[in-house]
Amino acid sequence: MSILEYSATELKKKLEAKELTSVEVVTAYLNQIKEYDGEIRAFSFVNEEEALNQAAEVDSRRKRGEKVGLLAGIPVAVKEVLATEGQKTTCSSKMLENFVSPYNATVVQKIKDEDGILLGRTNMDEFAMGSSTENSAFGATSNPWNTDYVPGGSSGGAAACVAADMAPLSLGTDTGGSIRQPAGLCGIVGLKPTYGRVSRYGLVAFASSLDQVGPMTRTVADSALLLQAIAGHDRLDSTSANVEVPDYLNDLEKPLAGLRLGVVTEHFGEGLDEEVRQAVNDSIEVYRSLGATISEVSLPHNKYGIAAYYLIAPSEASSNLARYDGVHYGYRADEREIWQELTEERHRLVADGDERSATSPLVKMYCKTRSEGFGAEVKRRIMLGTYALSAGYYDAYYLKALKVRRLIQKDYLEAFKEVDLLIGPVTPTPAFKTGEKTGDPLSMYLGDLFTVCTNLAGVAAISIPCGFSKDGLPIGLQLQSPQFHEQQLLRVAHMYQTQTDWHIKRAPLAS
Amino acid sequence: MALSLEEVRKVALLARLQFTEEELVELTSQMGDILKYVDQLSELDTEGIEPMAHAAEVQNVFADDIQQPSLPREVIMENAPKHDGKYYRVPAVLGDE
Amino acid sequence: MKLKMTDSTEQKNGSLPYEMIIGLEVHVQLKTETKLFCRCSTKFGAEPNTQTCPVCIGMPGALPVMNRRAYDLAIKTALALDIGIPHFTKWDRKNYYYPDLPRGYQISQFDLPLSEGGKLEISDPKGGFKTKNVGITRAHLEDDAGKSLHDEASGKADTRIDLNRTGTPLLEIVSEPDMSSPQEAKGYLTELKLLLTYLEVSDCNMQEGSLRVDANVNLKIQNGNETVYTPIVEVKNMNSFRAVERAVAYEAKRQYTVWQETGLVKGQLPKQTRGWDDSAQITRAQREKEDASDYRYFPEPDLCPAVITEEEIASYRATLPELPGAIRKRLQGDFDLNPYDADVIVNQGQGGVDYYEELAKECGDGKQASNWFQQDVLRKLNESETTFAEFSLQPSRLAGLLLAVQKKEVDTTRAKDVFGVMYEKNLTAQEGMKELGIEQVDTSALSDLCKMLLEKNPQVVEDVKSGKKQAVGALIGQAKKANPNVNPGEVRKVCLDLIEQG
Ligand SMILES: [Mg+2]
Ligand SMILES: [Zn+2]
Repeated sequence: MSILEYSATELKKKLEAKELTSVEVVTAYLNQIKEYDGEIRAFSFVNEEEALNQAAEVDSRRKRGEKVGLLAGIPVAVKEVLATEGQKTTCSSKMLENFVSPYNATVVQKIKDEDGILLGRTNMDEFAMGSSTENSAFGATSNPWNTDYVPGGSSGGAAACVAADMAPLSLGTDTGGSIRQPAGLCGIVGLKPTYGRVSRYGLVAFASSLDQVGPMTRTVADSALLLQAIAGHDRLDSTSANVEVPDYLNDLEKPLAGLRLGVVTEHFGEGLDEEVRQAVNDSIEVYRSLGATISEVSLPHNKYGIAAYYLIAPSEASSNLARYDGVHYGYRADEREIWQELTEERHRLVADGDERSATSPLVKMYCKTRSEGFGAEVKRRIMLGTYALSAGYYDAYYLKALKVRRLIQKDYLEAFKEVDLLIGPVTPTPAFKTGEKTGDPLSMYLGDLFTVCTNLAGVAAISIPCGFSKDGLPIGLQLQSPQFHEQQLLRVAHMYQTQTDWHIKRAPLAS
Repeated sequence: MALSLEEVRKVALLARLQFTEEELVELTSQMGDILKYVDQLSELDTEGIEPMAHAAEVQNVFADDIQQPSLPREVIMENAPKHDGKYYRVPAVLGDE
Repeated sequence: MKLKMTDSTEQKNGSLPYEMIIGLEVHVQLKTETKLFCRCSTKFGAEPNTQTCPVCIGMPGALPVMNRRAYDLAIKTALALDIGIPHFTKWDRKNYYYPDLPRGYQISQFDLPLSEGGKLEISDPKGGFKTKNVGITRAHLEDDAGKSLHDEASGKADTRIDLNRTGTPLLEIVSEPDMSSPQEAKGYLTELKLLLTYLEVSDCNMQEGSLRVDANVNLKIQNGNETVYTPIVEVKNMNSFRAVERAVAYEAKRQYTVWQETGLVKGQLPKQTRGWDDSAQITRAQREKEDASDYRYFPEPDLCPAVITEEEIASYRATLPELPGAIRKRLQGDFDLNPYDADVIVNQGQGGVDYYEELAKECGDGKQASNWFQQDVLRKLNESETTFAEFSLQPSRLAGLLLAVQKKEVDTTRAKDVFGVMYEKNLTAQEGMKELGIEQVDTSALSDLCKMLLEKNPQVVEDVKSGKKQAVGALIGQAKKANPNVNPGEVRKVCLDLIEQG
């Protein structure tokens, strides 16, 4: 078997047994990236030299018999949205094209502390806004299973690099499905932890009350490994939960007696692709055959999820992205152009006899900078959020959405009285073609139907591969759990992978 | 609630964004579609429902009032688009207070 | 518009054709080591942009964590102002663009501030206005913005930004529009500052910006049978209490003139902001921001709510010191002081009150202690630019001198000299008197001295015998010349006795 075929868990064993060195592992992955990333464009930056140095350093420590961390010697790809000291943290935006973070996100620091190797940074939808990774200022990422198709988003690069064997472990972020959806569309595992389970410190905010960092890997066991490394309370994040972190790795094989799975009625309605329906139904049968009790449950407010989400997330985003104003860091519009536009405006106003309404140079600098620095989707969401929060609309839009959010959360609490986990599809359809939905934002948003409620309620969910479409595109299965039940989520997902081999199948890469 | 071009223009200033007239027209139509879609929320009776602004149940998180090192000014200024080594520089605020 | 300003004392004559309605918004910087949401220093006067970090500069990904001490100080202040403490508080974002606000929003408490029932009693011992309670509408925590340095001259050059102050904890205290004269406004500010000083929650230094005041002013005018109100104006940029007093007085006159000219009343104009120009002594209209007032407040998702129980509130309450208003009343009762004297003492702060109380108790005469405290102790303190804590002449030592005066071991004039030498050389009252050679002149020595003087001045004896007792006065000067330590009263008494005895 070649190095690239091992899961991270297997690599860990080989490294510990000294059957492999980290330098060998990192080299193998760097070669794979060199060979295939020209086509996939999953990485925005490859940390080649430093990764090799770090690997050599971990190898020598291990050789000397020193204690090494949980991820010692294993490469980890990091999504562009996670601050990394001394590296460009661009969020795939022109706005932060040259921004070098002076500090590490807590999760990045944890990877380093556990001796994981920072392999590189992965492409994403700008500021994590999107479901296709087409909204990156640095070009779109392709789906490794078929490069005419999108990898999903916003963690498209993070998913694609794992699907294309360019990284064994990858960190994504999920605000409305941005880990699970690309994981589903790329045929890998993606876990969105409970809100507060993983620190958000250094995760560049899209929608603060929804964002979570999580693992994206080939196997469930690998997700357990990566979650183990990054989970836990962080005093730098006020919303981080001070809840004990269980041993995800050791619990993985524990049998699950009396498992109750709930099939969400609302997830099987109109708009669900037939192939997806079939694959998910087959998976449910696998669980039934393993002794799980399957019952139908209702999340009656599920259908309002998209509407609530596309008010709450843009509202928070409009405020979170106000800091990109060309003053303290990041992009600023060209000063000569600013003055030129002001002069033109003045001439116009003088002609109209309305000089008093002239824009101040500062306001002009803000507007021009932000309009040039942000892409269309980001601007659209800032506009939507600004509108939803503005005087006169706050109650009807933003506040209303917060109340509906409460109803959605209550649905979950009710459902979890009846069942242990919820089971269903991740996305209504397999991956769509690049460019297919770019002109129609609303239809793109509707693709998040099965994922957004998880974030609104703050519960945990995992996406695992469960089949393929006739066109050879992966299909994902979603399991959702109550808050802080990742342990159970991982066990049940792992159980599936012991019975199926969808996760073993590799993307047919053309070199 | 139908969205007008003028409202979108006002929101753009509030958000410190500028658009061409064509962009504004397209944006008005796209935002209009989305707002029409989200209007389905109004069919729900949410009287007496407590708004949910946070997903976490965490409360009373505080840090001790103990000083820690700030960042060196060079490090801060390195990322600034325009500075003089000591201050950030921005175009004159002109009577804007 | 230029307005002729007459002397502000005209405000006092009570014959004004209008009533002033004044509400004050005060921002005080809380006395913490570090900022509200990060652990950068709040020290004043550092090199520009040397006290910032990813959090206060709003760098991508950085998150705020509430300063425990700032929260404690806010609760303490609210309790001292009788403000009800809600059991649940949360934080909100106030969104607006300004280069000294790097995140693009201020974190504040918008819809659940510390509020309800707050009040502050203000009084003027000189009788400038009647004692009254000024209501406190609300108090809330928020973080400060940075500093913008404008190029005043050209208005074209870049504005420079210093973010050291960004994130400093502020408590905004908003009063009800309960004040009706510039004197009351100043009285409120003085009392508020005193209270905050007693609580040790703020330095209240206006020069360093740790106390800032905005005033909302309008007028109630009796116009024939109807009562009209002028539009409310918010006055900013006042950098001393005196400036507040003047700005408010100016603004009242200006509004009255404008009303006479235009007849515009409240509701017919939006709330206007004017800045106080201290050199010109006028207020000037400020340009409104492009889209001011739509701050798009919403709950701050990066901070979680704070919950407080009745027991916790009670334990905060237990940490409150005795407050100025209460101390004033107690001093008047315990030591028989008049309101003016009690006020002067309380205005010296807790250290002064402690000093006075010990002095008064040990000497047993509150009035005497008050006189010495106000005249001698305060003067020495000012001269030496020290605080009560550093002042070396401790009250117990000074009490010895006051007792000596009471026992007539030394007269008041001479005692001032003793005070000087006690302070300079760190002496007790007895040592001080000895140092100056002041000793009790014993009875026989005094008697001998008086006999000698009477013999030398037969005319005085004659005069007294004929009924002119005051003639003895001529001898007192001579007695003091012979012995500076003799007590004038004693000399008088002994001489009269000797003459009577013949
Ligand atoms: Mg304020
Ligand atoms: Zn800081």
